[in-house]
Amino acid sequence: MQKIMIKGTRDGLTLRLDDQCGFDELLQELEEKLSMNGIEEDDPMVRVSVQLGKRYVTDEQKEQISKVIRDRQKLVVDRIDSEVITKQEALNWKENTDLTPIVRTIRSGQVVHVKGDMLLIGDVNPGGQVSATGHIFVLGKLRGIAHSGMDGDEGTVIAASYMQPSQLRISDQVSRSPDYDSEGVYMECGYVDEQEGKIRMDTLQQVTKKRPDLVSFERRMLNG
Amino acid sequence: MGEAIVVTSGKGGVGKTTTTANLGTALALQDKKVCLIDTDIGLRNLDVVMGLENRIIYDIVDVVKERCKTKQALITDKRFDCLHVLPAAQTSDKSEVTPEAIQAIVEELKQDYDYVVIDCPAGIEQGYKNAVAGADKAIVVTTPEKSSVRDADRIIGLLEQEDIESPKLVINRIRNHMMKNGDMLDVDEIVSILSIDLLGIIIDDDSVLKAANSGEPVAMKPDSKASLAYRNIARRILGEAVPLQNLDEEKGVFTKVKRFFGIRS
Repeated sequence: MQKIMIKGTRDGLTLRLDDQCGFDELLQELEEKLSMNGIEEDDPMVRVSVQLGKRYVTDEQKEQISKVIRDRQKLVVDRIDSEVITKQEALNWKENTDLTPIVRTIRSGQVVHVKGDMLLIGDVNPGGQVSATGHIFVLGKLRGIAHSGMDGDEGTVIAASYMQPSQLRISDQVSRSPDYDSEGVYMECGYVDEQEGKIRMDTLQQVTKKRPDLVSFERRMLNG
Repeated sequence: MGEAIVVTSGKGGVGKTTTTANLGTALALQDKKVCLIDTDIGLRNLDVVMGLENRIIYDIVDVVKERCKTKQALITDKRFDCLHVLPAAQTSDKSEVTPEAIQAIVEELKQDYDYVVIDCPAGIEQGYKNAVAGADKAIVVTTPEKSSVRDADRIIGLLEQEDIESPKLVINRIRNHMMKNGDMLDVDEIVSILSIDLLGIIIDDDSVLKAANSGEPVAMKPDSKASLAYRNIARRILGEAVPLQNLDEEKGVFTKVKRFFGIRS
């Protein structure tokens, strides 16, 4: 039986690897398969997507597979997909997509961090700080610091019933309040504007249009 | 068995000691047995404000180090026999006593007094920890300044971790004309940020300073607005529903507070 099936698609090559045989066997066959192809010097680069089926691979093994593919000069690895993940990864995944409700006032000097999305029922006072790996929704007054997408997710947003933050941080972007005294605004939401690469604020209604995949579980499923 | 109330603020100079002295005096005016404890060891002030400095023989460190009995260190007030002060030491520092030791003293005093009012030092370190150790209730003093509201907020956060009832707020040094112009945080704004119950507001009054300098708490002088404010606070602590002082003709500002005290405006 063939261990490797190669399919050409519009986006490049799809390699479907057998998920029953040993890993070393697979690597060997992959190498042989790829070396058979005669590639012309002036061909454009071909993107390769690898489907592992129900085989679990470690990061190290993933690297081995990419290396074999990359050694062919005209091939680049686009993605390596497996249909299985470890329990630990699944738990992390779940934690990072959960919505954690918190009911209290975050006062000056207090820091609250959650994995996944945060729903705060209460205020963040000046000098207080909330952070989450996902979105932050504040049912109350946000007057302190909020940091969403702590692990680098720029797609996250910070929404509050009353927005008067001293700082908004999304992923590694920071924006601060103006130096003059300013009134807060009701029902607004901070997000990263892709074009400007900066944090902007807009009404909740506008931001839900810009972030149709706001509900995180679906977002994570799509993004992997 | 009485109850112990700690007066704290985080920030210095907002009027903790003045509030402690006047609250004690106002409670004594209501015929309650009151003991004031100064825990600001090294920087004692309460006895000065009360005009009792010349009577000190033993202090709280002597009690903790068992150089005297608690009763021996207590000073009886000039004006009321039911009011006593346990002074802090001026020569030692805050590390001389432990929260456990203060707690033991407070427990002992609670047996004999209706109210034990503890004057807390500024800051959130050892001195603060000593002061709150024995308390059942807390009063947070703030002024209508951003920095002092910020510190009050921090202190309220710390008090939430202690085994203490939700603290009550006293806003000190209110200047009516500045609040009206919006040059100062107004009462509603402060209450909205700190989100705890308001116990009283005290207008900035020259008589307070004058009284403190003469060692005669302002609560003794019934003609000043600040005096009335302290007496009202004492009555609220005793469970009476007293409306907030009207700062001016301004309407609607304290409706929220009035509602809390069960009064329709």
